[in-house]
Amino acid sequence: MHVNAPAPTAEDIRAVVVPLTSLEGPLLPMLHAVQHAWGHVPQAAVAVLADVLNLTRAEVHGVISFYHDFREAPAGRHVLKICRAEACQSMGGEALAAAALDRLGIGWHDTTANGAVTVEPVYCLGMCACAPAAMLDDRVVARLDGARMGRLLDEAGA
Amino acid sequence: MRIFVPIDSAARAVGADAVAEAIAREAEARDIDVQITRTGTRGMIWLEPLVEIDAGEGRVGFGPVAPEDVPALLDGRLDSLGPVDDLDWMRRQTRLTFARCGVIDPLDLDDYRAHGGLAGLRRALGMTREAIVQEVTDSGLRGRGGAGFPTGIKWNTVMQAEAAQKYIVCNADEGDSGTFADRMIMEGDPFTLIEGMAIAGIGVGATRGYVYLRSEYPDAIAAMTRAVGIARQNGVLGGSVLGSGHAFDMEIRTGAGAYVCGEETSLLNSLEGKRGVVRAKPPLPALEGFLGKPTVVNNVISLATVPVIFEKGAAHYAGFGLGRSRGTVTLQIAGNVARGGLFETAFGLTLGEVVNDIGGGTASGRPVKAVQVGGPLGAYMPVSKFDTPMGYEEFDGAGGLIGHAGLVVFDDTADMLRMARFAMEFCAIESCGKCTPCRIGAVRGVETIDRIAAGDPAAADLLTDLCETMKDGSLCALGGFTPFPVMSALTQFPDDFACRKEAAE
Repeated sequence: MHVNAPAPTAEDIRAVVVPLTSLEGPLLPMLHAVQHAWGHVPQAAVAVLADVLNLTRAEVHGVISFYHDFREAPAGRHVLKICRAEACQSMGGEALAAAALDRLGIGWHDTTANGAVTVEPVYCLGMCACAPAAMLDDRVVARLDGARMGRLLDEAGA
Repeated sequence: MRIFVPIDSAARAVGADAVAEAIAREAEARDIDVQITRTGTRGMIWLEPLVEIDAGEGRVGFGPVAPEDVPALLDGRLDSLGPVDDLDWMRRQTRLTFARCGVIDPLDLDDYRAHGGLAGLRRALGMTREAIVQEVTDSGLRGRGGAGFPTGIKWNTVMQAEAAQKYIVCNADEGDSGTFADRMIMEGDPFTLIEGMAIAGIGVGATRGYVYLRSEYPDAIAAMTRAVGIARQNGVLGGSVLGSGHAFDMEIRTGAGAYVCGEETSLLNSLEGKRGVVRAKPPLPALEGFLGKPTVVNNVISLATVPVIFEKGAAHYAGFGLGRSRGTVTLQIAGNVARGGLFETAFGLTLGEVVNDIGGGTASGRPVKAVQVGGPLGAYMPVSKFDTPMGYEEFDGAGGLIGHAGLVVFDDTADMLRMARFAMEFCAIESCGKCTPCRIGAVRGVETIDRIAAGDPAAADLLTDLCETMKDGSLCALGGFTPFPVMSALTQFPDDFACRKEAAE
């Protein structure tokens, strides 16, 4: 979704989540569906989900805020997740991440001024035997070094 | 000529897709008839992208292959590693759970059948529930997710519970750093997990299953989702499993980035659409699990091992191992190591053999300093403990835990105070917040380690006391086991904590 796209209406959100009502434990699949459609879980979704699932808005908010994946505002055009876990640390992942953040002039969870990239920490991508690793959107890249990280950032338009 | 290129995400992450494309392009340019099959990985991650060529005389390996190597590869000018099955790394393994991984096309059900797939399920369908559960008990299989609880006992509890609906839940929330066996089997041989879950369902009388799969594994989610669809179309799942009249079907559910959801009770809460907060036990999930119904919660590797136990028999499986650790352990050798990957073998090798002999020491070429075994909640083992055999009780006795059998190797540049601090920081970030020792203790732990770093002489005793409180007072392994890495770093590597003190003085 483009960052300047209009916010979805309650009807738009309802159309996305109602088909999932018959699942057992439908709230997480619904939240993933909303985030997939709009890149984040807009505030308007809380009331809709509460109504559809007969929950309080506080309960829905509690679930959204518990999980790292769900964002309340849109991210940059690309999301770069850099692994901070032990296996990547053992192969210099920490210095690699620090250099990437330094080049972009941002901190963890921040988005570059041009809106191109949001950088987030991730704790393990299962690339522990070919560390260090990162994930640009849904694409995992491993055996990273400064040069490969630089190419990833270029590709993302950072 | 058949050419095999892995589609495993670790292989893709180091360029396997570009290699496969180059092979297709160059073969066309040379007008050679080539059939490219994308397989899982053999587990030799340091050789990825590992290309295998079968020109009629068995599969010969080449790796790591870069796209620019492809012309030489097709012209026969690239040095080969030799027949893949004859490589030392492969010959020394006992591949039971991972027998097909890296060999077959993961989504080809006929290929799966041709390699022994569904034989275990067919055998189970001819057995009573009691006999199925007994077979698992006799195999000696213990939970491969980390806790090592006997799988047969868990199944038996669920089988005997009376309920209108029971569930099989597969814990695929593999969040521990240093572990990737779950990801590898789900991407490389997804039908074996499906078959294992179907056997579990028929054994305990459950008709529905869920795989709770972490969102950090998009390729595994895609592979499992497609495999479930194929299994359903072919009658492996559905109203009558392989025409037996037994019903079993399953769904793939995606996690949302919470490490604590790898703990079985928070996983169940998350699956129900709640905050992934830990539940107090009892009640056991076996009696009151998903939606309050009797539920088997097993790790991916535990369930994926069930088919081979039924195919070859419990006695065959139990014939491997050490003491009360029966069967094979899927070692994941990772971090700063020369030969990283997955190595399936009988329990009993020593830690030193795994790290130095199989793993080849560090990737950096520097001396090994520490190996963290069992994920972020596992102890840092110093070289002086390298004679510890890989077994649940043996590691327990050495002050560690085997966990999911992931090993992360560190060279002598590692700063163990920083690693201890990271363990506390990670616990603070990922704590579900339910119990105080974990929620507050982890934050105080970071502060206390910072005080040690600043030279406060009283802080080390305070950290020890805090770790005791977290160990005794936490509801689950997150708060309860974070003291393992912290205290092992403090006690085994005192120099990393002391030198700062002296420097500050």
